[in-house]
Amino acid sequence: MPLIKDGQIAEDLYIAVADDVPLPEGPVIVSLKRLRAERETLLGRNQKLGVKLSSEESPENLGSDLDRLSLVVLEFPKFRDGRPFSWARILRTRLRFTGEVRASGDFLYDQIAFLVRVGFDAFALPSAIPPTLFQRALSEMSLVYQPAADGRKTIRQLRSGQ
Amino acid sequence: MAQKLTANRLIDGVVLYWRAGGWTESFAEGEVLPTEEAAQAALAAARESVPRNEVVGVYLFDLTGAQPLKEREIIRALGPTIRPDLGKQAAR
Amino acid sequence: MYRYDEFDAAFVRERTEQFRYQVERRLKGELNEDQFKPFRLMNGLYLQLHAYMLRVAVPYGTLSAPQLSMLAHIARKYDKGYGHFTTRQNIQYNWPKLKDVPDILAELATVEMHAIQTSGNCIRNVTADHFAGAAADEIEDPRPVAEIVRQWSSLHPEFTFLPRKFKVAVSGSPHDRAALKFHDLAIEVVKNEASRVGYRITIGGGLGRTPYIGYVTGDFVEKPDLLSFLEAVLRVYNENGRRDNIYKARIKILAHSLGEAEMRERVLREFIEIKRAGTLQVPQEEQARIEAYFAPPEFEALQDTALPADGALGQWITSNVHKHRAPGYVLATISLKPIGGVPGDISHEQLDGVAALMEEFGYGEIRASHEQNLVLPHVKQSDLPAIFARLEALGLATPNAGLISDIICCPGLDYCDLANARSIPVAQKIATRFADGKRQHDIGELKIKISGCINACGHHHAGHIGILGVDKKGVEFYQLQLGGSAAEDASIGDIMGPGFAEDEIVDAVERVVDLYVTLRRPGERFLDTYRRIGMEPFKNIAYQEQLHAAH
Ligand code: SF4
Repeated sequence: MPLIKDGQIAEDLYIAVADDVPLPEGPVIVSLKRLRAERETLLGRNQKLGVKLSSEESPENLGSDLDRLSLVVLEFPKFRDGRPFSWARILRTRLRFTGEVRASGDFLYDQIAFLVRVGFDAFALPSAIPPTLFQRALSEMSLVYQPAADGRKTIRQLRSGQ
Repeated sequence: MAQKLTANRLIDGVVLYWRAGGWTESFAEGEVLPTEEAAQAALAAARESVPRNEVVGVYLFDLTGAQPLKEREIIRALGPTIRPDLGKQAAR
Repeated sequence: MYRYDEFDAAFVRERTEQFRYQVERRLKGELNEDQFKPFRLMNGLYLQLHAYMLRVAVPYGTLSAPQLSMLAHIARKYDKGYGHFTTRQNIQYNWPKLKDVPDILAELATVEMHAIQTSGNCIRNVTADHFAGAAADEIEDPRPVAEIVRQWSSLHPEFTFLPRKFKVAVSGSPHDRAALKFHDLAIEVVKNEASRVGYRITIGGGLGRTPYIGYVTGDFVEKPDLLSFLEAVLRVYNENGRRDNIYKARIKILAHSLGEAEMRERVLREFIEIKRAGTLQVPQEEQARIEAYFAPPEFEALQDTALPADGALGQWITSNVHKHRAPGYVLATISLKPIGGVPGDISHEQLDGVAALMEEFGYGEIRASHEQNLVLPHVKQSDLPAIFARLEALGLATPNAGLISDIICCPGLDYCDLANARSIPVAQKIATRFADGKRQHDIGELKIKISGCINACGHHHAGHIGILGVDKKGVEFYQLQLGGSAAEDASIGDIMGPGFAEDEIVDAVERVVDLYVTLRRPGERFLDTYRRIGMEPFKNIAYQEQLHAAH
């Protein structure tokens, strides 16, 4: 499945590792459970580290470990589960996370623009979404009413000439 | 219990009934499926028109004699009871 | 009325094209029905019992004459010549074709209308007091704040895939005509001790399978803070609302399981942070810009006059005309409840006729009410005879606003895919039974509300008399509830007992009403008498015939 990062097809530098598999070399993505169980090892590896959160898990669970992470993957178990939209927003605005926030799992073309707005900058694209359509998804709505995590000018700002 | 098979046409929502190999807009022309086996076979065949984007919401319903058992299916086959000028009943 | 600027207009146009592309992909099969469904719902498009149904948004119930004419045009060109006003102030068409819907939306966009968020698990189209901007008891017109909320909620990136739908209502009067306490979130314009105007926020109300009356979670939210507060509530809901059970997914369940104190704390935490970030604060200029659109028309300096009290006109005035804040003016309800008709339905000729009428006599403005009627918000008392005559010619002069035949009624099994029983025929029979104008006026205010299933779109829990259609082995039955109210004295009706068959329900209602007429004290409405004497006497009389039959 292609990875889109900052709007471009990108190479995935991370290996997603299941909880019961030994850690390979290089950057890995582990679950919150594994991060907690093997915290010392994982944080001491001097490698980029990513954590994948289920839609039940708020990024606030990461506590101060968040500062040591370079990637947070937010999983959509089904596209109708909208919690990751809030988790991304919290990561960016409350927790001021500046690393990669990646969407994975079941999300649709029609959600990409919303995802970018709340702070996702990377997408493990499901096979149903052709990477060539990614930019089109972002261009459908050129105007937005709400301030969000993407810093786009809102209609209100445009109105007042800001 | 005998059954019939219904769905809505994707493009315009019109209520359809199954008859061997295809769909009809007419309840009367819909095929009576006398046994559960016949019903399941028809359902399997009819479901093939879902991925072809012809219909949505395929399901079976019970008959009593030639008529639907439930009020819901009677109304679906005819149109709103409060507007005899609308729905399939109006076409007669 | 609010008018779109270039940005609002472009937004709605782009949204229409976005939906056109979704429909295109659906027809080609690039989206399957499971994937398409949430997106079509988010644009008001259902698949019902007979056909698709398109619900067009009437934000806070306010419509202009050109908009009404457009609704008539859509009914003629794309549907079967009529529309249906709903209990959420919207209008729905029962027969559109999927392939036509993008074109319908494009036509609506030309008069600043759309179907955005009239369904789906998102923040729904905002409703408001239908007397807003005209009511004599109003602190402030609540529609500017409704418009601010409309804009903020339109395609909100964080809150478009909520656990369940989220309905917001606003009111600016102490007298609640907007059923505030039965909404997921209600915004009430209030004054604090320092006479400053702000908002009281109530959350967690709702009807449906588990009805709840909402509770206050923000006692006094300052005007510029409103959106920050709303965003805080929505975030708490999006994160914590249940997603494992569709019947427990509304905020009412979360609000009542967390409890008021915990809910307040969580909302406050988010609120403080969002407010501090500042980006959602509504600046004074923006507030003023939007308020300016809702400035009342320039009323002439008139005096109140004695209104005709006799004859058909007098009867209509008694029930359908309401006190206005400007002397010499009134509000007038156009009842969409002709005796024996379909509650809320209106033909394209009537839509056009009303559009012409409001241009001539009503400053070009009309309201849709959650009671499924229309309201002319500003009419001169001296114009009442002319207006009445025109309404009579249109078949819209039924003198029954607020009376027993002014029944709120959902579409039920005649149209609705989720229904258990028909509701419209029950409304028609009850209205016909009490058709006599004198009798209705003598019975006085009595709100009957009918739903065809437990989803309660007909607000049966909140009816003075509520009727719920149920399915008993494929046969329609009707449960009676008494004592509900959607007003400021909100209450949930009590269930009487076993349901009535279709041919018994009207008789049962009549016996209940007759008993009230016998037992009422001077000035008591049905609801007051019920609250004084309770269920027992009504229950005994309602089941009387059945007892006779059983013995
Ligand atoms: S209450 Fe039930 S029957 Fe009536 S419109 Fe709602 S879902 Fe349909």
